[in-house]
Parts: sequence; C-alpha cells; structure tokens
Amino acid sequence: MSTLATLVADSADLTPVLQASGVQQYQTFLSRYAGELLVLVAEHIDIIAVSMLLAIPIGITLGVLITFNETAATVVLWLAGVAMTVPSIALFGLLIPVFGIGEPPVIVSLVVYSQLPLVRNTYVGLNGVDDAVTQAGRGLGMTQVERLRQIQVPMALPVIMTGLRNAVVIIIGVAAIGAFVGAGGLGDFIFQGIRERNVPMIVVTTVVLVLLTLAFDYLFAISEQLFRLRNGEQIDQARPTRALWKILS
Amino acid sequence: MSQHAIEFENVRKSYGDTLALDGISFSVEPGTTTVLVGPSGCGKTTTMKLVNRLEDPTDGTVKFEGQDVQEVDKIDLRRSIGYVIQDIGLFDHMTVAENVATVPRLLDWDEERIDERVDELLELMDLPPAQYREDYPRELSGGQRQRVGVARALAADPDVMLMDEPFGALDPITRDNLQDEFLEIQEQINTTILFVTHDIDEALKMGDKIAIYDVGEVVQYDTPENILENPATEFVEDFIGQNRGLKKLQVLEVGHIMSTDGRIVGQSWADVRSTGSVPAEVATDESGTPAHVAADQSTETALSKLVESDGSKLPVVENGSVVGTVSVDQINDASSEPKEIVYE
Ligand SMILES: Nc1ncnc2c1ncn2[C@@H]1O[C@H](COP(=O)(O)OP(=O)(O)O)[C@@H](O)[C@H]1O
Ligand SMILES: [Mg+2]
Repeated sequence: MSTLATLVADSADLTPVLQASGVQQYQTFLSRYAGELLVLVAEHIDIIAVSMLLAIPIGITLGVLITFNETAATVVLWLAGVAMTVPSIALFGLLIPVFGIGEPPVIVSLVVYSQLPLVRNTYVGLNGVDDAVTQAGRGLGMTQVERLRQIQVPMALPVIMTGLRNAVVIIIGVAAIGAFVGAGGLGDFIFQGIRERNVPMIVVTTVVLVLLTLAFDYLFAISEQLFRLRNGEQIDQARPTRALWKILS
Repeated sequence: MSQHAIEFENVRKSYGDTLALDGISFSVEPGTTTVLVGPSGCGKTTTMKLVNRLEDPTDGTVKFEGQDVQEVDKIDLRRSIGYVIQDIGLFDHMTVAENVATVPRLLDWDEERIDERVDELLELMDLPPAQYREDYPRELSGGQRQRVGVARALAADPDVMLMDEPFGALDPITRDNLQDEFLEIQEQINTTILFVTHDIDEALKMGDKIAIYDVGEVVQYDTPENILENPATEFVEDFIGQNRGLKKLQVLEVGHIMSTDGRIVGQSWADVRSTGSVPAEVATDESGTPAHVAADQSTETALSKLVESDGSKLPVVENGSVVGTVSVDQINDASSEPKEIVYE
C-alpha cells in the first residue's frame, strides 16, 4: 500500500511535465509502445471475456431463481448491491489470500461486480413479462420450465442485455485497477505512466480504455436492439442495427 | 351412452375467506355452446379454471368427458382443452404462425403437420396465411389479435374450448362482427364451448344454453328462449334488463313460430317469384320484388322486413321451397311478455 501512497504523492508534481509535453512526445510514445499497447488491449479484453463468461450463467441463474421467492430476491439483490460498494482495491486485497496474486482475484472480483446489473435486470425482465402472457402459457399446458424457456426468458432478453451492457461497462474500468495486483491489461501502462511520470503513456492508455468501453457499450446496445426487433418490438433503430437486421432476416 | 362434455357436481371453491363458488351443479352437452353470464366477481372465471385445473375445487367434482379432472395430469388436460382469455396473452416475441403452433409444438407434432394446421386455422379465421403467418402480434388490430388467440386455442383440435370474455376488450362493432364470424366457425368445428361473458346480449346471441350466475351460484340454467320466457327469479329478470320482448325476437327463430298453411306453402320459391302469382298480401322489398326469410333467421329480421314493406305475410324459405309464412301478429304474439310472472 505504501507504493500507492507514494504514487499519489508524486503525481502532484506532474503539472510541469504536462506543460512541457508536446505532440512530439506522443509520437515517440506511440512509435515505441504501439505493439505493447495492443498486447495490453488484448489482455484487457481477455480478462473481461473470461469474467463475463463466468458471470453471465451465475447472474442469470440467480435472477431466474429469485423470481420464485420474494424474500430471496430482496436478500440477493441487497447483497449484490452491497458488494458493489466495496472498493475494488479492498476486494482484491481480501481475495489475494485465497486466490493469490495475478488474474484470479481480479476475475473473481469482476464476477462479483457484474452480479448486480445481471441479477437485477434478469429479475426485473422476467417479472416485467405481462401476466396475461404467462397465464395464457399456463392455460395452454406449458410446464413452468417451458414457460421460462419459451416465453419469459426470450421476452426478458432485451432487458437482460441491458444488464450485461451495464456490467461490461463497469468491469472494464475496474479491470484497469487489477493491474495493481498483477493481472495485466491496460492498467499496466497507467500505473507505469504514473510511476515514470510519462504523461503521454497515461493519456493515450486512458483514451484507449475509454474507446474500448464505448465500443463494448455500442456493441451491446446494437445487440439489445436486435433482440428487441426479434421480439417484434417497434424501436428507433441505429444504422448498424438496421443493416444487421436486414442481413439476419 | 350419452356422455356430458363437462359436468359440475356440487362444486365449491373458496380462496381463503372468499367463497367464490357455493355449490354449483350443471352439465355441458357435447357440441354445444354454454355461456356463463353474470355480474363481475360472481365466479364465472373460477368455474372455467376448474375445468382445465388452473384451480382445483375445494369440494365437489368436476368431470371432463366423464372423468374426474383430479385424476388427469394437469398438463395433459390443459393441452387437450382450448383456452382463450380476454387479454389474449399472445406471445409478442413470436410470429402469428409460431403463436398458433404453440400447443402442437408442445405435443411434438412434426413440422409439416404443424405448418398445414397453422395454415388451415388462419384460413378459417379469415387471416390469409400468405399475408399474416410471419407478422408479429403487435402489427395486428385488436380483432385480428383475438382471432389469432382463438386459432391458437383450436390448434390441437380440442374437444372442448374455454373462452373467458374473449371479445370483452373489443369495440362494439368489431365485437359484433367477431361474434357473427365465430357462430359460423363454430358450425364448422363442432367443438364444445364454455363461454364466459358479463354481457347478457352476448350470452343470448352465442349460447345454446345459458347459466346465469348470482354471487357464487347458478340461479338459472336453460336455453335463451326459456330464460327470456320464464326468468327464474327477480335477479334474472333484472339482469336481462329492458326490452325483454325485443331480445326474445333476437333469439327466436322464424321456423318456430311460422304458420304452415296458406296458398303458397309447399311451392318452389323460384316459381312463386317468377310466375308473378304472388298473392297481394306477400311482403315485398324496396324494389318491389317479393321478400323472404330463412327458417333459421331471427324473428327480429323477419319483423324488420315486414315493417319495411306493405305486405302482411312474409314467406319462409328453406332449401328453395316455401315452408311457411310469418305475420306481424304472429311475431307479436310470440314476443309479448306473459301478463303476470309468479316467482317461487
Ligand atoms: N386467486 C384468487 N385469490 C383470491 N380471490 C379470488 C381469486 N380469484 C378470484 N377470487 C375471488 O373469487 C370471486 C370470483 O371471482 P371470478 O371467478 O374471477 O369472478 P368473475 O369471473 O365472475 O368476475 C371474486 O370475489 C374474486 O375476488
Ligand atoms: Mg372473470
């Protein structure tokens, strides 16, 4: 922890460096580090992908299960909410004794952070399905599992997608801090940049991180729209949605 | 052996402290439409849900085709009974064809058979498959959605169909059209129908038999004609409301009251018209040509034709020949209310 404190203290002296920095510095940085930056982007995406692959089945299963019991729903949603308020550094620290350093504690933390949006949106989405529709399904002789699979989950998918989108946006940022405990990813350059007072390194990496987040956000927004269209909803389509929808249908 | 399609024997149902049904007993004959009618909250929906076991009785027995429904697997039972509700509950994320195919899919029919059945039903419901198969429910009008709901309920060709206020959410004109269409469809499908409504006029129009509900009880179970003729209680009379005579005209068929003697009875209708040998008293329409009604049309229709013409007798035509005549007086006699009603 003392390293972090020094880092923060040191960063107060960054101002003069910032003024001195010119376009040239950025060109030098990019020519020297572009390859490495790409590797870090890949690492970052890898951490996010593994975390989401673990988080999605857990979150959706929990979201489905708590629709059967209101008390369980309140408790689970509350816990997921509380988990989100734990600072990421603290959560890594708590998990290191169990999972060691590097990727594992970070991935576990990211799974934890993504639960609130995933569980909540699954739950809200499933409950939001019109009662008449589930009643009709019952009356036509669908079992509870058939109703879930054929009616409720498909109808809730757009809302679940929104949860996924929120989760990804949250954990891309948190994953950057994971570099502090050795998980790699874009956080590596940010910490290195702070340590070496390399402003172009910090700025460029941050911009890349933001662009990555926006790209994921956009990607999920489009897929959410595709799911809505699939459900027969009438929506204002983004241009890529329209193009993809044409190709798909 | 004559078997009832559905039987209720002393059925009671309570939800906690609320007694929804207080011992009802009646049976529904195969191939008929039985309408449950009564004010809101009197137990009609509950009665219906007992048939496909969306609810189980607190007491008494409900039989489906002779068998106690408690002995039948719920899921199998529901798949063999059609079910239509007021809110329709169409699956908005599925196309019209997928909606209609719901029960056949659950029953594992092969795709080819499902496709054929879907087309057949959409045709029957006046929704040409080529045009509507791939539409989503949101793209349809209220009336069309309700038709899809009915097609979905009929998909696996159930012997019995339950319809809970199926036309209740539609505007009066659409509702009227759908009622007429449904009466025609019903003749083609030969399904036993249990139909719930809170509208006495709809009940009189749709029902072969009507069960009138007062809170938790069936107070009269009879044909529309008999209910109009002899309301069992003051409640029934109030529920029927005003214009009982006019309502009777709507349900009474011309064939029941026509007189079968007269000069033209027995002749071919084409001959009567073409020879110009039409007696002066025979009614004519606006263009001066002789008017007629069919034996199964309502006396209301006959009266309307008589009122619009100068003649006093309207020929009743069946299969091309004149089988009788009706006059304003006869209709008047048939519709006039009994002078005095005595309640037990
Ligand atoms: N699931 C339920 N729980 C508690 N009470 C109910 C339930 N369903 C119906 N009831 C009550 O039972 C009575 C009959 O209801 P219902 O059969 O729906 O009447 P209707 O269809 O004639 O309007 C009403 O008093 C209603 O409030
Ligand atoms: Mg009801």
